[in-house]
Amino acid sequence: MLKQIEGSRAVAEAVARSRPQVICAYPITPQTHIVEALGALVKKGDLNAGFLNVESEFAAMSAVIGASAAGARAYTATASQGLLYMSEAVYNAAGLGLPVVMTVANRAIGAPINIWNDHSDAMSQRDAGWIQLYAETNQEAADLHIQAFRIAEELSNPVMVCMDGFLLTHASERVDVPGQDEVDAFLPPYAPRQVLDPADPVSIGAMVGPEAFTEVRYLAAERMRQALDLVPAVAADFAGQFGRSSGGLVRPYRIEDAELIVVALGSVLGTIADAVDELRDDGIRAGALGITTFRPFPVQAVRAALDGDHRLRRVVVIERALAPGSGGIVTADLRAAIATADGGAPRPEDTIISTVIAGLGGRPVTRKSLREMLTSAAQGNLPPFSFLDLRSDLVTSELARMRAARRSGPSAENLLRDLGVTAVS
Amino acid sequence: MPYERIKFYQTGSFAAGNRLLPADLRSVQSSGDRANALTCGHRACQGCGEALGARYALDAAMRATKGKLIAVNATGCLEVFSTPFPETSWQVPWLHSLFGNAPAVASGVAAALKAMGRPEVRVVAQGGDGGTVDIGMACLSGMFERDDDVLYICYDNQAYMNTGVQRSGATPPAARTATTPAVGPEPGNTFGQGKNVPLIAMAHEIPYVATATVADLRDLEYKATRAMDFRGARYLHILVPCPLGWGSAPADTIKVARLATESGLFPVFEAEAGQVTSATPIRRQVPVQDYLRLQARYAHLFRPRERTDVIARLQAAADRNIARFGLRAGPGQPEQPERPPVPVAPHRDTPQER
Amino acid sequence: MFQVRFHGRGGQGVVTAAELLASAAFREDRHAQAFPSFGSERMGAPVTSFCRIDDKPIRTHEPVADPDALLIQDATLLHQVDLFAGLKPDGYVLLNSARGFGELGLADFTARYRGERFRTVPASNLAMTHLGRPLPGAPLLGGLAALTGVVSLDAVLAAITDRFTGQVAAGNAAAARAAFEYVAAETAELARAAAQAKERERADA
Repeated sequence: MLKQIEGSRAVAEAVARSRPQVICAYPITPQTHIVEALGALVKKGDLNAGFLNVESEFAAMSAVIGASAAGARAYTATASQGLLYMSEAVYNAAGLGLPVVMTVANRAIGAPINIWNDHSDAMSQRDAGWIQLYAETNQEAADLHIQAFRIAEELSNPVMVCMDGFLLTHASERVDVPGQDEVDAFLPPYAPRQVLDPADPVSIGAMVGPEAFTEVRYLAAERMRQALDLVPAVAADFAGQFGRSSGGLVRPYRIEDAELIVVALGSVLGTIADAVDELRDDGIRAGALGITTFRPFPVQAVRAALDGDHRLRRVVVIERALAPGSGGIVTADLRAAIATADGGAPRPEDTIISTVIAGLGGRPVTRKSLREMLTSAAQGNLPPFSFLDLRSDLVTSELARMRAARRSGPSAENLLRDLGVTAVS
Repeated sequence: MPYERIKFYQTGSFAAGNRLLPADLRSVQSSGDRANALTCGHRACQGCGEALGARYALDAAMRATKGKLIAVNATGCLEVFSTPFPETSWQVPWLHSLFGNAPAVASGVAAALKAMGRPEVRVVAQGGDGGTVDIGMACLSGMFERDDDVLYICYDNQAYMNTGVQRSGATPPAARTATTPAVGPEPGNTFGQGKNVPLIAMAHEIPYVATATVADLRDLEYKATRAMDFRGARYLHILVPCPLGWGSAPADTIKVARLATESGLFPVFEAEAGQVTSATPIRRQVPVQDYLRLQARYAHLFRPRERTDVIARLQAAADRNIARFGLRAGPGQPEQPERPPVPVAPHRDTPQER
Repeated sequence: MFQVRFHGRGGQGVVTAAELLASAAFREDRHAQAFPSFGSERMGAPVTSFCRIDDKPIRTHEPVADPDALLIQDATLLHQVDLFAGLKPDGYVLLNSARGFGELGLADFTARYRGERFRTVPASNLAMTHLGRPLPGAPLLGGLAALTGVVSLDAVLAAITDRFTGQVAAGNAAAARAAFEYVAAETAELARAAAQAKERERADA
């Protein structure tokens, strides 16, 4: 049903249609509206599920682990510090092979404390063993949850659906919220591969030593390999039934003849598409490649998308998180994908990759800034690593202060004082 | 009809009493059809109190639930020694997730069973004192306050034994551990620290809280059984001596546990909705030295000279327990109801709602 | 694309107003996007929200930098926040006030824009009359419909009754209608005055 609806509510409705049996809720901005809406559905009796108001994100993930192992379809949502606080259990859910689905309403990680959007939180858990899907729009966010349950349960592997905090969670957009019958036809009841059942007792979570740990981890890698086939198959099935394209591994935009390709994840792809159109109007052959599935990293799909007729291609990776001391997280995977060239295109020597750190802690990624940056990239003037819209004056003065005095004080507060703002409006 | 009450205590342990009882009053553990929830072949140390406690408690809970039981386990000795895969000693469905999250995992299991319409299947979570009073405390308190339908059992051996005997929040004063060594002017663990989780559990006003030791099999079985009569959050705190960590002889595990209660250092009681409903009286009080001398972790209290000052503080703590919980049986003390020798709490088909 | 920026204070329904406008546009089968300025604002703190309306899907997720219209829910913000930043030269402004821009000392400023597109409407007063609470969102939307025609009054009213129920829906709807009529009457008045002025010019000529 077509609705003008807040992203969080749309996701809550999609999750509810997926018939979760246990939902764990712990408040953290900006994911809170999702579990609030689910809680209301349970309280009203519209959704027959256990709703646990737990005491922490660590408990939230732990309780969905228990629920999933007991044979229930289980769901939770978190963001930012909450994802880090539950991190030990995040790894555990994947290690146990439990098909939990979790929304991460992407938000920065402090310090300094910051409630706004970037991808630092989900990126920090990229190697936890979860499948990671990134939504471009609220429609896709809603659809991905329905697909996520199916992917998770078919593989017995947890799935994290990442949606940009505020930009998507708090945005009211047009969303076709799937009906119950449609979802029921798409998503079969959960048939667990392993379950705690007094009629057939098994031990789950035993210690595994050097004799088999490598093999257990191999199977985790194998599940991810299987996901590379399953994720597009589920997306295709979804498109067949619902008549719209959501999910999958990658999403190219005007990429066929592109000489300049912007790679990104999440809602910034919409703004990038607008910028690409403008660059095309300027005569720059630009395109974009959205990475919907970041874990497993779709090496072949990325290589196929970047494989063009043109000898030299410039690739600009928009990174919504910073890996201090390393640079860009997506860039590293992209570089590795291209470096695995087995004689075919794209050849590493024909590809110039630049990393642009953008939109940290809620700084808007504007079409204007993108267009200027990409124009300069097309002219060969973009350095290999840069920050979009960096206030150089601020960092220069703080660096000078640090050189001048040993006790220069807390940097974040110094920057704000220089900026002359007391609160962000 | 006149009858003579059989006195069990002359054997030193209630366990011997089975031979004197009719078959239907014997302990769960003496029964041929016990569940053997934690069956033989595990890798626990000789004289492990935790293995004994887990076996007693889970077999009683299995009987009470007619075998419909799921166990969740925190990381720790019990988890490690019971599942050296491909072998497992668990004959119940068993899940180990992490060190600090067993109560929350159990809450999730209970929520799933409820959502799936399987109220007859009950949930036990278990962990050592480190997993319970320290790293698992937040999850435990959350499970309590939500009154989730879980029996949490803490096997308290008063330190982190799995990692090599480090101090926990349940380590008693003066005890030597790897992180509270017996050196300096005040050797061993510091006085005035530690927490009493049974009392913390009672502060949540959950339906049922009890303490027990492996020295009193019948009492332990009764409490595990009684706990299953309630719906909601329940807490059972069992003192389980650790020969390795305490430096006691493996053969003395039961004896040490009994002296812990007989000295007053470990009060045995039960409580409902935050109120103590019964306490097990001390039959024959012993000085704390009798308990301490058997354990190398207190050796520094006796050699090179007897630390009468430290022992007096421990005796004072025992005396406070005795006064607080009314543990002194005899003249001037209220008569304590005699504990039934076997679990007699009615086994309801439909466990009572809180 | 038509872009609106809402300014108000926490508790005045600034975010709700943007969502109602998006909902009204949606009812007219247009694409719309509404979102708040993503702060952790408290009651009374300045709050901003945005709404975009277009005939094709809206892809961008950046904040509205160059609005076509401003809806200002609280006149006390005039001296505190840079309300007019980025406003297009032919942009609309609808301010919640019982006084005009001249009385508010903004005549010089508005002269830089198209004056007939800078309006005030006593939205809080209308809300008090019809709703019993000084929530200016709904009447300002009614006024916006009259001022810009970007959505119809009917769509605004439908969005209100979708969102609210009972007395709250009825009160908000009545206030929106009253504001619509207030602004429409002023528009007619301005048109008449302009026609008369033109008439006089012609007569003078």
